[in-house]
Amino acid sequence: MPAPIRLRELIRTIRTARTQAEEREMIQKECAAIRSSFREEDNTYRCRNVAKLLYMHMLGYPAHFGQLECLKLIASQKFTDKRIGYLGAMLLLDERQDVHLLMTNCIKNDLNHSTQYVQGLALCTLGCMGSSEMCRDLAGEVEKLLKTSNSYLRKKAALCAVHVIRKVPELMEMFLPATKNLLSEKNHGVLHTSVVLLTEMCERSPDMLAHFRKLVPQLVRILKNLIMSGYSPEHDVSGISDPFLQVRILRLLRILGKSDDDSSEAMNDILAQVATNTETSKNVGNAILYETVLTIMDIKSESGLRVLAINILGRFLLNNDKNIRYVALTSLLKTVQTDHNAVQRHRSTIVDCLKDLDVSIKRRAMELSFALVNGNNIRGMMKELLYFLDSCDPEFKADCASGVFLAAEKYAPSKRWHIDTIMRVLTTAGSYVRDDSVPNLIQLITNSVEMHAYTVQRLYKALLDDISQQPLVQVASWCIGEYGDLLVSGQCEEEEPIQVTEDEVLDVLEGLLVSNLSTPVTRGYSLTAIMKLSTRFSSVNRIKKVVSIYGSSIDVELQQRAVEYNALFKKYDHMRPALLERMPIMEKTASNGPTEIVQTNGETEPSTVEAKHPPPVTQPTNQANDLLDLLGGNDVVPVIQTTIPTKPASAGGELLDLLGDLSLSGGPAPAPAPSVPTSQPPFLLDGLTSQPLFNDIAAAGIPSMTAYNKNGLKIDFTFERANPNPNIAVITIHATNSTEAEMTDFVFQAAVPKTFQLQLLSPSSNLVPALNQGTVTQVIRVLNPQKQQLRMRIKLTYTHKGSAVQDLAEVNNFPPQSWQ
Amino acid sequence: NRWRKLRFLLLFNRQGKLRLQKWFVPTSDRERKKVIRDMIMLVLPRQPRTCNFLRWKDLKIVYKRYASLYFCAGLEEQDNELLALEVLHRYVELLDKYFGNVCELDIIFNFEKAYFILDEFLMGGEVLETSKFAVNVSMEQADTLQE
Repeated sequence: MPAPIRLRELIRTIRTARTQAEEREMIQKECAAIRSSFREEDNTYRCRNVAKLLYMHMLGYPAHFGQLECLKLIASQKFTDKRIGYLGAMLLLDERQDVHLLMTNCIKNDLNHSTQYVQGLALCTLGCMGSSEMCRDLAGEVEKLLKTSNSYLRKKAALCAVHVIRKVPELMEMFLPATKNLLSEKNHGVLHTSVVLLTEMCERSPDMLAHFRKLVPQLVRILKNLIMSGYSPEHDVSGISDPFLQVRILRLLRILGKSDDDSSEAMNDILAQVATNTETSKNVGNAILYETVLTIMDIKSESGLRVLAINILGRFLLNNDKNIRYVALTSLLKTVQTDHNAVQRHRSTIVDCLKDLDVSIKRRAMELSFALVNGNNIRGMMKELLYFLDSCDPEFKADCASGVFLAAEKYAPSKRWHIDTIMRVLTTAGSYVRDDSVPNLIQLITNSVEMHAYTVQRLYKALLDDISQQPLVQVASWCIGEYGDLLVSGQCEEEEPIQVTEDEVLDVLEGLLVSNLSTPVTRGYSLTAIMKLSTRFSSVNRIKKVVSIYGSSIDVELQQRAVEYNALFKKYDHMRPALLERMPIMEKTASNGPTEIVQTNGETEPSTVEAKHPPPVTQPTNQANDLLDLLGGNDVVPVIQTTIPTKPASAGGELLDLLGDLSLSGGPAPAPAPSVPTSQPPFLLDGLTSQPLFNDIAAAGIPSMTAYNKNGLKIDFTFERANPNPNIAVITIHATNSTEAEMTDFVFQAAVPKTFQLQLLSPSSNLVPALNQGTVTQVIRVLNPQKQQLRMRIKLTYTHKGSAVQDLAEVNNFPPQSWQ
Repeated sequence: NRWRKLRFLLLFNRQGKLRLQKWFVPTSDRERKKVIRDMIMLVLPRQPRTCNFLRWKDLKIVYKRYASLYFCAGLEEQDNELLALEVLHRYVELLDKYFGNVCELDIIFNFEKAYFILDEFLMGGEVLETSKFAVNVSMEQADTLQE
C-alpha cells in the first residue's frame, strides 16, 4: 500500500482542477483512499489523512466519517497528532453529536499533561466547544489551572472559565476564590483575560457585581499606568499601549459604575483623562475614545463629562474616516433622546452627513436629522431634508418622505408652509410616498380651511404637469372633487388665481380615468371626484354621462361605484346634495402619549366621520381604569388610546348600509354591507385604515405569533420596527372569528408593565365577520427603551349571538426579536 | 441569550472561496453554509471606499480586505466595531510575522497553521493574548514539538 499523498500535494493537485466536476472527482477519489486507510487503522498516516479531510471540508465537501479519527488523534501521544486531532474536533464536531463526549477523558488527561502546549490545546478546545456536561466534569481542572503561576496556562484557563460559566452559570461560584489576585498580574494576556472573566461574572450576577465594585480603584490604576507608561514595543499600537486591554477595562468600569454613585465618581477623573489625551489620528485611538464615550454615557457621570462625551462624538463626525463617522452617528442616535440639547449643538455637522457618499452614513444621518427637528429649526432643517429628498437614492425616499410629513405636521410654522412642504414632497418624490400618507394628507388639507382654494389650485397645476405619481394624483383628485368650485371661481388669495373652466377640470379628471398610468385606486378617486362635482359644477349632464359609461367598466370596483352613483342620480337624487356635501373638519385625535413616542407618532388617525353624523366621542379614561382595576394597578401603565369608534369604521360603510337595505332596480345589486370584508377600504374615505407610517425597509423579519385563540376568536400579532426609533415596536393585531355568528362591538384593549409605554391606534372596525371572512386590524405601538422582555395583558369585549362576552389574557410568547 | 462577543470569523477571497472558518458559537453545518453564503454576498459587492461595517440580522458585520482576502467577523450588537477592526488587523500582523510577508497562498497551503495562530490569539470569541510577540513565541516553541 503506497503511502497516502501529503497534504500539500493534495492541495496542489486539487487546485489544478479546471472545473467543479473535475475537482469533485479528485476529491471523491482521495476520500475513498482515506476511508480505506482509516479502515486499516493506520496510525502512521492518520494525521496526514485527517488534515487532508479538513482541507476538503473547507471546500465544502462532507467529512463526517473523519470524526472518530479525530478522537483517535487526540488520544495519541504525539503532539502533531493531538494538534490536528483537536483542530478536527473543533471543526467537525459540536455538542450536537454524542461523539464529542468521548473527548472528555482525553481532555481531562491533557489538562494535566506535562507539556504546557498540550494543556493549552485541551483548554482551547474545551473553551471553544465544550458542552455543559463536559464543563461540569472538567470545571475543577480549569479552576486549578486558573491558580497556576504559569501565565500561558492562566490566561487560557481564564477564558475557558468564561466558557464554563456561559454554559453552566451555577458553576460561577467555584471560580470566585481564584479571582482574588488576578488583577495583580503583570502579564497582559492574563490581565486581559481576567478582566473578561470578571466582566462575565459581573454581568451575570448582581451579587458578584456588588462584590467586585471594590476593584474599581485597582482598575483605574491599571488603566492609568497604561496611558502614562512609556513605549512598550510588545503592546504598542500606533503609539497607544495595549488598546485591547484599555477597552476591556473601560467596559468593566462601565458595568461597575452603572447606577452606582461612588464607583462613578471614582472613575470620573480617569475617564476625563482618557477622553482628552487619547490620540485621534488613527482608528485605534478612536476605538478607545468610542468605548470611553459609551462608558461615560452609561454611568452616573457629571454633566460636564457627558457634554465632553457628546462633543467627542461631534468631532468624530468631522473625521475623514467613514467608519468613525458611522459609529458616531449610531451613538448619537442612541443618545439623542436623553441628551437632546447636547446633540442639537452638532446639528449642522449631522446635516452635512446627508451629503456623504456612503449609504450607511446617509441613512444614519437621515434618522438622526429627523430626531433633531424641533419648532425652532424646522424651516432650516426642512430645507436640507427636502434637498436630500430630491437627490437621494430611491431606497431612502419613502422613509424620508414619511419623516418630512411627520415633522411638518408637528412643527409647521404656518398652514401655508405646511401645504407648500407637502406639495414639494408630492411633486418631487410623489411615487415613493407611502400609500397611507394619502388619507393623512387629505385630512390635513380638509382641516386647513382657509387654504382650500390655494391647495386645490396648486394641486391642479401639478396635475397638469405630471399624472404619473399616484399619491399626488390621488390627493389632487380628492381635492378637486371637494373644492372644484373654488378652483373655477378663481378665489385664491395666496397667489394669482388661475382661470379654468368646469370643462377643463372635468377633462383632467376624465383623463386620469383613461390614462394607463393610473392605478385602479386612483381611478376610484377620480370617479368619486367627478361625482362630487355634480353638486358643485353646473355641467351635471356631462358628469351623468361619464358615470353611466363606467357602469359597465371591466374594473369591478369602478363599476360598482358607477352603478351606485348612477342610482344616486336616478332614484336618490334628493339625497345627492347632502351626501356629496363638503367634508366637515375631521377631528384630529389628540396627540396622546409621552414625548418619547410623540417623536414617531405625529400620525393622527382621522376619527370616523360621515357627512351627517357627529364624530364619535372619545372614551379612553373609564376603559383604561377598568383595565387597571383588573390588573391590580401597580406595575401597569394605563393604555392611552386614540378614539374608540362607536360606529362602524367608515362613512363609506354608512353609505353602503343605506343602499344595501333598499332594493334597487336595474344593474347588479351592490354587495350588502355585512359581507364586505372589513379590511377593504370604504368608498368615500379611501384608505383610512390604521396602518403605521413607518415600516422599516430592512425589517428583520420578526416572526408573527398567535396571542389569543379562544371560543373561535383568534388574535395574531405581526411585528415591524418603527423607524427612526428602534426602541418602538409596531405591532398589528389581526382578529378573526371562526364561529358561525359575527362578533360585533369588538373592542381590544391592552396594558403593559411600567417600563414600557403603549399606544393603541383606531381599529379598522368593530365587527369581526363570521367564518373567517374578514379581519379586524389594529395597530399598537410599544416603546421599550430598556429593551426588556415584552409582556402584555389584553382585554377583549364583544357581542356574540346576542350576549356580551368579555375575556382577559396574558401574552407572554413574544418572539425575542420584537423587543431586543 | 447573550453569546460570545465574536460569533464567527471568516476568510474568503474575491471569488468567494473560503480559506478559513472559525465559529465561536455552536452552529450546524447547514447554518454555517448559509452564513458563509450570506457574508460573501454582502461583502463582495461593497465599493472600495465605503464603511467597513454592515448590519445583518441582529449582528454587526465588520470586514476588511487585505490583498486578495476578505477578513469578515460577526459581532454582537453591543460590541465595539472600531476595536474589531484592530482585532482583524492584529491577526493579519501575526500571520505576517509567522509566514513572512503573508499572502493568500500561505494560508491555502498552511491552513492548519493559520488556525493554530488564531487559537493563540483568540479563544471563545475573546482576545486571549494582547502581546505582539507572545503569540509567535508560542507558535515557534510548539512547532519544535512536532515530530
